[in-house]
Amino acid sequence: MPLRARRSIGRKLTVMNMLVSGAALLLACASFIAYDLISFRSLIVNNLTIRSSVIGANSVSALTFDDPAAAETTLSTLQADPNLVSAALYGADGRLFAAYRRASGLGVEARLPETIAVDDETRQSWSNDPGIIVMRPILFQGTRPGTVRLRSDLGALRDRLMRFVLIVVIVLAGSLVAAFLISRVAQRSIAAPMVELAKFSEQVARDRDYSVRAPAVDGGPEFEMFTSAFNDMLTEIEYRDVSLRASRDELEERVQQRTAELTSVNQELEAFSYSVSHDLRAPLRHVSGFVSLLNAHAGPSLDAQSQRYLTTIAQASARMGQLIDDLLAFSRMSRSTLTKQSIDLGVLVREAQAEVMGHTPGRDIEWKIHPLPEIAADRPMLRLAVVNLLSNAVKYSSTRSHACIEIGAIGDDRLETVMFVADNGVGFDMQYLHKLFGVFQRLHRVEEFDGTGIGLANVRRIIQRHGGRVWAEGEVDKGATFYFALPRERTL
Amino acid sequence: MMTELRKILLAEDNPNDVELTLAALHENHLANEVVVVRDGEEALDYLYQRKSFASRPGGNPALMLLDLKMPKVDGIEVLRHVKADPATRSIPIVVLTSSREEQDVVRSYDLGVNAYVVKPVDFLEFVNAVRVLGGFWAVLNEPPPAR
Repeated sequence: MPLRARRSIGRKLTVMNMLVSGAALLLACASFIAYDLISFRSLIVNNLTIRSSVIGANSVSALTFDDPAAAETTLSTLQADPNLVSAALYGADGRLFAAYRRASGLGVEARLPETIAVDDETRQSWSNDPGIIVMRPILFQGTRPGTVRLRSDLGALRDRLMRFVLIVVIVLAGSLVAAFLISRVAQRSIAAPMVELAKFSEQVARDRDYSVRAPAVDGGPEFEMFTSAFNDMLTEIEYRDVSLRASRDELEERVQQRTAELTSVNQELEAFSYSVSHDLRAPLRHVSGFVSLLNAHAGPSLDAQSQRYLTTIAQASARMGQLIDDLLAFSRMSRSTLTKQSIDLGVLVREAQAEVMGHTPGRDIEWKIHPLPEIAADRPMLRLAVVNLLSNAVKYSSTRSHACIEIGAIGDDRLETVMFVADNGVGFDMQYLHKLFGVFQRLHRVEEFDGTGIGLANVRRIIQRHGGRVWAEGEVDKGATFYFALPRERTL
Repeated sequence: MMTELRKILLAEDNPNDVELTLAALHENHLANEVVVVRDGEEALDYLYQRKSFASRPGGNPALMLLDLKMPKVDGIEVLRHVKADPATRSIPIVVLTSSREEQDVVRSYDLGVNAYVVKPVDFLEFVNAVRVLGGFWAVLNEPPPAR
């Protein structure tokens, strides 16, 4: 930052005041001196002219009688004037008749002109050197017996100038001192309130206390406006600060409230599923149990239709038991915590394949398993998802004499891993796609394909809990392809 | 010499379950006498010969089939009590329950349960489960010496 900008405003004001008053004073003095010098020069010229007239008058007889000694005596009276360098009388023919030279001092004229041009005009010339020269013809009773030439140096003018300069310097110095003192006092009324306000705003910025207000300063209407505007700003900031804090508190409170609500809902859910697990299953077991007992007790004596009824009751209760178990597993899946680890998807798929094939022996299935990447996921959960997908593929291709199931990863996306499971089974109608992943949603009758309709809902829930997504493509009687995408983690 | 068949203590509040369990035991021709108690408090009363069981002959049952969800004192409390007391902790306890909840399983094993069996919905499976359980714990397994 330039030094000028770092100066305080008070100092700047003082300097400015002194510059202005100094400049004004200098200008005034200069014009006054110039005027005075011009007048003084005219005075000198006039004096010389008068003096030359007097010398001329006194020398008429000496010229007339050709008496240079007398003329020189007359001329020598001029030595009283220290500024007069030389005086000379020239005859009517223009020749030097008599002369006086100042003995010492600057600008001594060594040689006077021997002759001069003769005319009736009074001449004067003015310059720094040789100074002021006045040549005046002597007129006597209509004749012109000679010419007086006086030369004066500018000593008087110089002395006067010197005095003036001295006076100006003294006055200027005095004025500047006075201006300095005055502006020091005056700046208090301008700079002091400003400095006060600056300090105040700095303090507000540092302490962040917006409840304070700038005190009224005595510095004129501009300062009043400034202070008032500043205080208005503080009021606004304070207001916003308060409302910001209030809304933050409110937000925090709401978050706490929501958390409490969620916790409570979660607890209720847990209690609910516990109750479902324990209490809903018991009557079902009783139905199943007593149907069996009835069958054992009275079975042989019942007609075929009654026996069928008993079988149906037993099957219905068994299915309901399965539904309850599946629903509980699904609910557990949603509540249990995720523990992510690095998983070799290829190994996981082989495990799932072995498990699924263990449940469905004697099928002719062609497995095409492409190389699969490593991913980060909760292993038991992801395993369940893959088992669900594979067992679906196996189940819905069971009507094919030669089933083909293909598993692989697609794309080379840095953000997510996409795996697919494709089969050549019965497929599905794309218009029911939205029902595919719903809980207990089925696209086939139980007689066609066994199951409760929880498998894909589980898959979707598991993948969603990993921050991924699932989708599917299919065509009736051509097969189906199920995809899931899991986000990649950089931490692995 | 034949060991005297000792009793099976069945702690179960639901009469249907009691009947089905008894039927399953009967189905498997287990000759052990089955004592039925209807809540946790009664179970403890039996074990410690209190109240209505004050006059019963001494000795611990060969097996205790314990339901978890019971009025007054629940199965977990009974389990904690029995397994904490040196006099009763050798009694084999099999939790026989509808609950598959992980917390129940974990807590039961933490308290020292000998087995945890979820009652199958299908009666035939249940009969089979009771046969295996009863056969193992009440017949095959050598119980600790009676005190």
